Amino acid sequence: MENTFNKIIELDVAMKHFRDGMIIMFGGFGGIGTPPTLIDGILDNGYKDLTLIGNDAGFPHIGIGKVVSQGRAKKMIASHIGSNPVAGQLMTDGRMEVEFSPQGILAERIRAGGVGIPAILSDIGLDNDIVTGNKQTCIMGGKKYLVETALTANISIVFAKKADPYGNLVFDKSARNTNPLVAMAGDMTIAEVEEIVPLGSLDPDEIITPGVFVNYIVPSKGVNWKWAWE
Amino acid sequence: MGVEIRNRIAKRAAEEIKNGMIVNLGIGIPSLVPNHLPAGTNVMFHAENGITGMGPSPEKGKEDENLCNAGGFPVSIVKGASYCDSTIAFGMIRRGRVDMTILGSLEVSGKGDLANWIVPGKKVPGMGGAMELAQKAKKVIVLMNQTDKYGNPKIVDECTLPLTSARCVNMIITEMAVFQISSHGLTLTDLFTPYSINEVRAKTGCSFTIAENVRVIN
Repeated sequence: MENTFNKIIELDVAMKHFRDGMIIMFGGFGGIGTPPTLIDGILDNGYKDLTLIGNDAGFPHIGIGKVVSQGRAKKMIASHIGSNPVAGQLMTDGRMEVEFSPQGILAERIRAGGVGIPAILSDIGLDNDIVTGNKQTCIMGGKKYLVETALTANISIVFAKKADPYGNLVFDKSARNTNPLVAMAGDMTIAEVEEIVPLGSLDPDEIITPGVFVNYIVPSKGVNWKWAWE
Repeated sequence: MGVEIRNRIAKRAAEEIKNGMIVNLGIGIPSLVPNHLPAGTNVMFHAENGITGMGPSPEKGKEDENLCNAGGFPVSIVKGASYCDSTIAFGMIRRGRVDMTILGSLEVSGKGDLANWIVPGKKVPGMGGAMELAQKAKKVIVLMNQTDKYGNPKIVDECTLPLTSARCVNMIITEMAVFQISSHGLTLTDLFTPYSINEVRAKTGCSFTIAENVRVIN
């Protein structure tokens, strides 16, 4: 494959961009659509004290759950951690801070970060102290709203079905989920892909994430965990 | 709760689904609801992870790891289905396009307050998409046991657990009865055999009125 834009790199090269203490945003929903090869890279290279931002904590042995279970995260921003009991234990023991955000609002905060909007206004969770916290509020049209701040990350990691050398991405069914949003919100975005296809072979109409948001493309070694339903 | 009772609850909930609706189902008993829809009902089942038009579970061996519901279990799709990202999936909810959500709960108050996302100090799963669904779906139906495992009523005067959303529940279906919730409070509309209204009253933590014609369901 011609590496026209020098975006296609090997895993070990990609891993040189990571640091301890980084903010990492990950695509995926219950592990589906979370990049397995990059997750293993983070584990194998020993990165720690990470702040992880994404939909959920996966399962103990699935998706981002593998990173969480090994105690590599100091903080997580997610909508739920219920499917990963290890995450709950770390939170209860005070070894990992967890900030909960309602799922759709979390997705919008990530999207806002990705499209250069500093915050959004939301009326979700106004009845709940855990959501309202110390957030600013504002009144618009006589109604109260929470100011939900945008989220960005040092590195975003996403999982796609196909990429061309420019980094244009196509996702697979429900594995799309948060990936197109996460892809936009990283200062650097690394896409793990199942297949790299020649430039010009993707129909521009089918591309979900334009390659402008993707800095690097890493070939996937495939999912190596057993799903909860298997 | 036995499979038969779970199915009886699911079957009653299925009656609320009308042709053309967009419906979001929670995990547990709500996931049984589609099995009880009359053939030919055109419903689009919505999932928070970006599927509109979910179909039944695939046969064993035909699962697709990238086609799963919000609980992470393999599903299929129906004709006319579409995929979208998480912001669009929740946009559908907040914009009022989702006609109904059917979910489980830990507590519901007689005013329709829903508490189903956290037990402080014990269970800290996070709210997931429950707040958006409870607050913005046009109709919220709760399927749950009449009492908790200690025998305490789950329908209460005031929720003791942190709220998912206030005054959002329209209907509760338990193994004993069906309740409607309006601005006038809680009304018992259906009774499952073999229970009596007095038995239901003894296991309900708040007062309720009784509909004129209570339907008895076998």
